[in-house]
Amino acid sequence: MNCDYACASAEHEIARRQFLGGLAAGTGAVVGGLGSLTAPEALANLAKDQKRMIVIRLAGGLSQLESWDPKPNTDTGGPFRAIPTSVPGIHISELLPYTAKQMHHLAIVRSINTKNGDHGKGNYMMLHGRRQTPGQNLPEIGAVVAKGLDNESISLPGHIKVTSSGSGGRNNDASYLGPKYASVSLGGGKPPAYTERPKNVSETAEAQQNLFRRLANDRFAQRRRTAETDAYVQSYEQAQELMRQREVFDLSKESKKDQERYGPHEFGKHCLLARRLIEKGITYVQVQHSNYDTHNENFEFHFEQLGEFDRPFATLMADLADRGLLKHTLVVVLSEFGRTPKINPRYGRDHWGTAWSVCLGGVGIQSGAAYGKTNKNGTAVSEDEVDAGHLFATYLEALGMRWKGRFNIGGRKVLMSDPSTPPIKELLT
Amino acid sequence: MKADPKQVHVSKEYAHGAPLINCRFDPKAQHVFATAQDRAIIRWTLADGKKTEFKAHDSWVRGLAFSPDGETLVSAGYDDTLVWWPANAGKPTPIRQIKAHAGWIRAIASSPDGRLLASGGNDRILKLWNLGNGKLVNEMKGHELDIYSVMFHPDGKHLLSGDLMGHVRQWEIATGKEVRRFEAKDLHTYNTGQKVHYGGVRSLALSADQKHLIAGGLHKGTNPLGAVNEPLIMRFDWESQKVLKKHIADGVKGVIWRNVIHPDGFVIGCSGGSGGGYLLFWQAKEDKAFHKFKLPDTAREMDLHPDGTTLATVHGNSKLALSKLAPKPEPEKKK
Repeated sequence: MNCDYACASAEHEIARRQFLGGLAAGTGAVVGGLGSLTAPEALANLAKDQKRMIVIRLAGGLSQLESWDPKPNTDTGGPFRAIPTSVPGIHISELLPYTAKQMHHLAIVRSINTKNGDHGKGNYMMLHGRRQTPGQNLPEIGAVVAKGLDNESISLPGHIKVTSSGSGGRNNDASYLGPKYASVSLGGGKPPAYTERPKNVSETAEAQQNLFRRLANDRFAQRRRTAETDAYVQSYEQAQELMRQREVFDLSKESKKDQERYGPHEFGKHCLLARRLIEKGITYVQVQHSNYDTHNENFEFHFEQLGEFDRPFATLMADLADRGLLKHTLVVVLSEFGRTPKINPRYGRDHWGTAWSVCLGGVGIQSGAAYGKTNKNGTAVSEDEVDAGHLFATYLEALGMRWKGRFNIGGRKVLMSDPSTPPIKELLT
Repeated sequence: MKADPKQVHVSKEYAHGAPLINCRFDPKAQHVFATAQDRAIIRWTLADGKKTEFKAHDSWVRGLAFSPDGETLVSAGYDDTLVWWPANAGKPTPIRQIKAHAGWIRAIASSPDGRLLASGGNDRILKLWNLGNGKLVNEMKGHELDIYSVMFHPDGKHLLSGDLMGHVRQWEIATGKEVRRFEAKDLHTYNTGQKVHYGGVRSLALSADQKHLIAGGLHKGTNPLGAVNEPLIMRFDWESQKVLKKHIADGVKGVIWRNVIHPDGFVIGCSGGSGGGYLLFWQAKEDKAFHKFKLPDTAREMDLHPDGTTLATVHGNSKLALSKLAPKPEPEKKK
């Protein structure tokens, strides 16, 4: 298969020629990568204006009633009360006191009906903007954003997932956008696996190996260059950059004060890591917090989980705002679905995709907005129903990507999002 | 009448309009009180079934305690508040409301001499109050996780509190100092996959001879968020603090919401969970229950009538059930 770049923009062509040219030069003085080819001032300008996205994925299904759409004193409301926020008229659950103070940076969508109560399908829908159908393989939002906002000046992966567990590594979530835009997982927030130079390989030996590899690659590419060989080269160079810039993932480089502000537990560290990665120019960072699938003792577990979530998330929002990053960064807090208004006999709430909420803020989003409504006890959407597709299109528009934009995949124009679900205009600036 | 656990049966049910949370008989056994998800406290008069509601809390009510004469009721809510009530009033209104904790109050108990009230909850602080006037007497800190249960020792000198971590701390009331700790670690689990603490010491009780302490909750919590766990009561020797017995109920999916030691020596546990509601009965020296009785719905709390022959349980189906530890009466023959 001959090489067809997904997005045939002139900028990409130029950047890629620079990249390949740089590799062909093969000086060996510095392990290659895009970062070494760009002037520092250009980097700074790009970093300043570059749009980015953070997704906080609350795995298992956050209860909208214990978070963004409380219904105190109703048959479904549960024991928690609603508290005022920094936006007059918007109340959220008392489990989120720190987040409440950041509401002027955030917006809530309270009218989501995804008509789904399955974890896998819900996750797919929320991260792909469309329902999963047999034979269809779509890229996740992280890959779409990493591709659509591709910053050639940043040599690190543009799509990173910070997970609670696992050893990390490359994922298969970019589909036709290619492996460059597939996510790299940081299992437990640790740097990518196998990015330390083995102790028995000297720096000189490693440089010689890389030089030899490049020469061989270049020779091969002169006659038999394909999308696969490009992907291979890209992956290898990206891996080299990961090794060279390993400290990007090193939280100990952050001040002790900041580490204390975000808290000692895992989610706090991961939020601080998200801030660090965004500041280093990573386009898309997804942080997962587990677990909200509370069929049993929903209130105890939401107390515990949101007790962990609240302060670090609020600290992240405040920091992004203070540092000017929120002007360029979209932040979304989502789950695969919400939880049933009806409280089951075990004080649990079950899966519920009929009337639930997400929270978002930052670039392109109307701060302090509350879009859509549910009825008195939260059992149905009463105003402005939306589904995952509308949200997906809203994210793209907020980031300056056209929701009806297309990727050029092998000469085939592929829509970035579902054309039947437009963005929520009322939420966009 | 001697209690006969093997003959236990539901003899009466009282219905409310919302799922129930807790229940207690008053010391004189004139009434049975319950709390509900509509934030109400309900009083049913046992003689005639008359229902009276007490409303003041801004959240669910988890704890109920009485003065020894049964005249004063104190309720503890997830609204951080303790409320004093005239327990027998026709139209009850609060005597006193105190913002007592920073977070849910999960457990309260009154001292046997009626002087003190103890409260504990999500702020992990055990507080002592003057039951008569509501003044704070002392605060005891040390619990690493939420306090789930409190109990006064009958000696009047000590107080016990159990927490989510499975620690039972014994405090000296006069000094407020922790003097001993019972380790009921089997009652706690941290699920690394779901990243949650689960279990805790849900209930405490002391044997009539004060030689044994029991602590109830759950074990085998393999899926906390999915209610996959089994009830467990741990029996300690009071002096040596050694674990004497683990009372289990194989095959029953649930948690011990309350355990009591019957004056006749056997243990009664109320279990609720994904397996439904059960009354479970163990002899002191046996690990397995000698009798289990399936309740009409999953159970959430229990209390033993002062006469030792009736149990009250509350359920997610909005009903309070009275179960007799006695043979069912013969149905009246048609004339």
